[in-house]
Amino acid sequence: MSRQVLQVFEQYQKSRTQFVQTVAELASRPQNIETLQNAGVMSLLRPLLLDIVPTIQQTAALALGRLANYNDDLAEAVVRGDILPQLVYSLAEQNRFYKKAAAFVLRAVAKHSPQLAQSVVDCGALDALVICLEEFDPGVKESAAWALGYIARHNAELAQAVVDAGAVPLLVLCIQEPELSLKRIAASALSDICKHSPELAQTVVDAGAIAHLAQMILNPDAKLKRQVFSALSQIAKHSVDLAEMVVEAEIFPAVLTCLKDPDEYVKKNVATLIREIAKHTPELAQLIVNAGGVAAVVDYVGECKSNVRLPGIMMLGYVAAHSENLAMAVIVSKGVVQLAIALSEEPEDHIQAASAWALGQIGRHTPEHAKAVAVANVLPKLLQCYLRADASEDLQTKSKKALKNILQKCVHLPALEPLLHDAPPNILKHVVGQFSKVLPHDSKARRLFVTSGGLKKIQEIKAEPGSALAEYINTINNCYPEEIVKYYSPGYSDALLERVEQYAPKV
Amino acid sequence: MAAMVRLTRQIEDVIEDSYNRKNEAEAQREKEYIAAVTVQAWFQGSRTRAYIKHLNDCAVSIQRRWRGFLGRKFYRVLVKNSVQKMWRGYYVRKYVFNYYSRKRYLEALQVKNEIIRSELEEFAEQQAVIRKRVQQQREKSRHEYEARRSHHLLSTHVIPSIYNSPFLPFPLEHEYTLRSVKPLAHPKKRLAKSEFDPACASYNEKLPTHLPPLPQKPQGPFREPEVVQKQRYKPFQPSLRVSTDFYSLEKAREEMKAEEWVTRLNDAVFQPFTRRTVPYEPLLHTTSGYGHLPYGTKFFRFEEQEKHITEKPFKMLVPPIPIFDKLNDTYSQGQV
Repeated sequence: MSRQVLQVFEQYQKSRTQFVQTVAELASRPQNIETLQNAGVMSLLRPLLLDIVPTIQQTAALALGRLANYNDDLAEAVVRGDILPQLVYSLAEQNRFYKKAAAFVLRAVAKHSPQLAQSVVDCGALDALVICLEEFDPGVKESAAWALGYIARHNAELAQAVVDAGAVPLLVLCIQEPELSLKRIAASALSDICKHSPELAQTVVDAGAIAHLAQMILNPDAKLKRQVFSALSQIAKHSVDLAEMVVEAEIFPAVLTCLKDPDEYVKKNVATLIREIAKHTPELAQLIVNAGGVAAVVDYVGECKSNVRLPGIMMLGYVAAHSENLAMAVIVSKGVVQLAIALSEEPEDHIQAASAWALGQIGRHTPEHAKAVAVANVLPKLLQCYLRADASEDLQTKSKKALKNILQKCVHLPALEPLLHDAPPNILKHVVGQFSKVLPHDSKARRLFVTSGGLKKIQEIKAEPGSALAEYINTINNCYPEEIVKYYSPGYSDALLERVEQYAPKV
Repeated sequence: MAAMVRLTRQIEDVIEDSYNRKNEAEAQREKEYIAAVTVQAWFQGSRTRAYIKHLNDCAVSIQRRWRGFLGRKFYRVLVKNSVQKMWRGYYVRKYVFNYYSRKRYLEALQVKNEIIRSELEEFAEQQAVIRKRVQQQREKSRHEYEARRSHHLLSTHVIPSIYNSPFLPFPLEHEYTLRSVKPLAHPKKRLAKSEFDPACASYNEKLPTHLPPLPQKPQGPFREPEVVQKQRYKPFQPSLRVSTDFYSLEKAREEMKAEEWVTRLNDAVFQPFTRRTVPYEPLLHTTSGYGHLPYGTKFFRFEEQEKHITEKPFKMLVPPIPIFDKLNDTYSQGQV
C-alpha cells in the first residue's frame, strides 16, 4: 500500500526533473527562447527554484540563467519576477553546485544594463557573492568573480559598490589560485573595477594586485594574458603615480615579448598598456624608449592589421608628442615609415585619423623632424585624407592639423612642391609661407623653384590683396628679377603679342 | 755856521765809520755769498725737483691709462677667444642642447632597437617552433590513437586486410602503422579492495556465508557455528604500537608548536640580529665566584640510586604479552 503511495511521489519528482532538464537544454539554443518565453517558462521555473530536490533547484537556476543571458527583456523578467532575492538567499545557504548556478543567473542578469546590474546590487547580491569568493571550490569562486566583474563594468557607482563590499582583496587572492580560468576571470573583474576612476584603481593597487598581475605576464595561456594586460592598462591609464607603480613592477623588457604573441588580443592589450604608460610623462616615455619599446611597437604596427594596430599607432604619437628628443627616437626607430604605411593601407577612417595625428606629433618639433616626415612621402597622403569626399570629420580635422603642424616646420622644398599644385587655399597658405621663408636665403633653391615650375604656379594663384598669402607671394616675387616674374605671369604672351601689334616697324 | 762846524768836526768819524763798515762788509762778503748760494741752491733744487715730480706724475698717469688700455684690450681678446667661448659652449651643451650627446644617444638607441628587434624575432621563432612541436605531437598521438582503435583491421597470415590487398605489390602505409602500434587494451578493472593496511580495524571484505570445506571430516564436539564464524572473522586487533604512528608523539608536538606559533601573542617584532640591540647579559655562573655544576659533563640527571627498585632502566616500549593476546582467541577455554 505504502509503495503505491510512494510511487506517486517518485513519479512526480521524475517528471519535475525531466521538465527542468529539458527546459535548460532548450534554453541553450537561441531559436527556442521566444517560444519558451511565450509558454510562460518564467513563472514555472520560479517555484522550482524552491524545490526540495537540490538537482532540480540547480537545473532550474541554470535554465533561468540561460534565459536571462539571452536578452535584456528576459533579464528584466527575472528581476520583475522577484527571483533575485531567492537566489541571493540561497547563494549563502546551498551547496556549491547551486551557488554556481545562482551566480550564473546573477551574472546573466547584470550583464545587460546598468539598471539591471543595479537591481542585482539592490537585492543584496554583492555580499553573498563576496562570501562565495571565500568558498573553497574554484568553480564557485569563478562564477562569483564573473558576476562581480559584470556588475562592476557598467559604471563607477556600481564598481564602487563592488569595492565597498570588500571584493577586491578576495579577487586579488583569486588571481593567485592555480586554476587558470579563475585567474582569468578575477583579472578581468579587477580590470572592470579599475577602469572607471583613479580612486577605484588605487584601491585595487592598494590590495597588491600589481605584483601578482605582473607575475603572470609570461604565462603561456593567451586568454589569461589578455585579461592581465587589460587590467594593468586600466590601472595605468588614470594617473602618473599609478602608471609609475605599474612600471615599478619591472614589467618592461618582458611585456615587449608579448608583442610577438600569436594572439591578436594579447598584442592589442600589450600595446594599449604601453600606450597608457607612455602618455603620462616624458620620463615614462623615455623609459619605454630606452627599453627598446618603440622599435618593438613599430614592428608590431607593421605586422598587424586594422584595429589591432591602433593602440600602437597612438603610442607612437604620444611618445613623439612629449619632446623633440623622443620624436627623434621614434624617427630613428623607423616609426614614420610604418605610420605612413598604416595611413595609406588602412581603409578605416579612425585608424587613418590616428596615424595622421601621430605623424603630426612627430613632425611638429623642428625642421629636421618635419623633413623626416616629409621624405616618407606623407604630405600628399595627408592632403588626400583631408580632401577625400567621404572622409569623416575627425579624420579631416586631424589630417588638417597634422599638415599644418608639419608644414609650419618643413623647409624641405622638394617635398613641398607637389602640394603647390593640389592644395586648397587654407593649406596652400602654409606651403607658400614656407617657400617665402626659404627662397630669399638660398640661391640654388630659387633656381630649382623656377625650373620645376613652382614660380609659374605661384603666379597663377589668385590671392586676395592684403591677405597673408598675397604677402608671401610678394616676398617670393621679390626674390626674382622682374622679367622672370613677368615671364611666368599668366597672360604674358598676350601682352607680348599686343606689343607686336602696336609695334611700328621701322621701314 | 755852527752846523757846518759840527759837521766838519764829524767828518773824521763818518769816514772812520764808513771805512769800518766797508771793512766789515768785506770781511762778511764771502760768508754771505756762500750763504746766498746755499739758499738759492736749495730753492732752485726744490723747485726743479717739484717740476720733475710733476712731469713724472704726468707720465705715470699717461702710462697708466695707456697700459690699462692695452691690458684691457689684450684681456678682452683673451676672454673672447677662450674663456667666454668655453663657458658658452659648456653652458649650451649642458643646459640647452648637446648635439654630440644627442647623436650618441640616437646611435645607441638604434643599436638597442636592433638588439630588441633581433631578440623579439628570436623569441617569436622559438615560440613558433614550440607551438609547431606541440601541434605535431598532438597530431601524432591522435593518429596513433586512431590506429590503435582500428587495430583489428591488421591483416593476419591467412587473411589479408583492406590495407594489405593481395593485388597490390606492397601493403599500404596504414598497414605498417597498424603493425607498429599495440591494440587498445581493455580498461583495467580497478581492485575493489584496498591494499593491506596494518592499521585498519577490520578486513574490508564481505563475510562469506559458508566456511571453507575441511579436508577430512572432523570429530565433535563442536562449538556453535556462529561462535566459530565470529572468531574466525573477528575484527583485526592491532596493538596500540601498530595502530598508532611511530612518530605520533613528535607529530603531535610539531602540531602543538605550529598551533602556538599561530596563536602566539608577542609584541616584540622579530628583527635580524644586525638590528637588535640587546645589552649583553653575562652568565651568572661565569661571573660568580662559585662556578657552575658540572651538569651535562659529569652527570646528567640528579639520581638517587638507592631508591631504585631495579638496576634495569625504565622501558618505554613494552612487548605485547602473548598470553593476553591469545586469551579468548583460541578454541581453548582459558588454559594455555
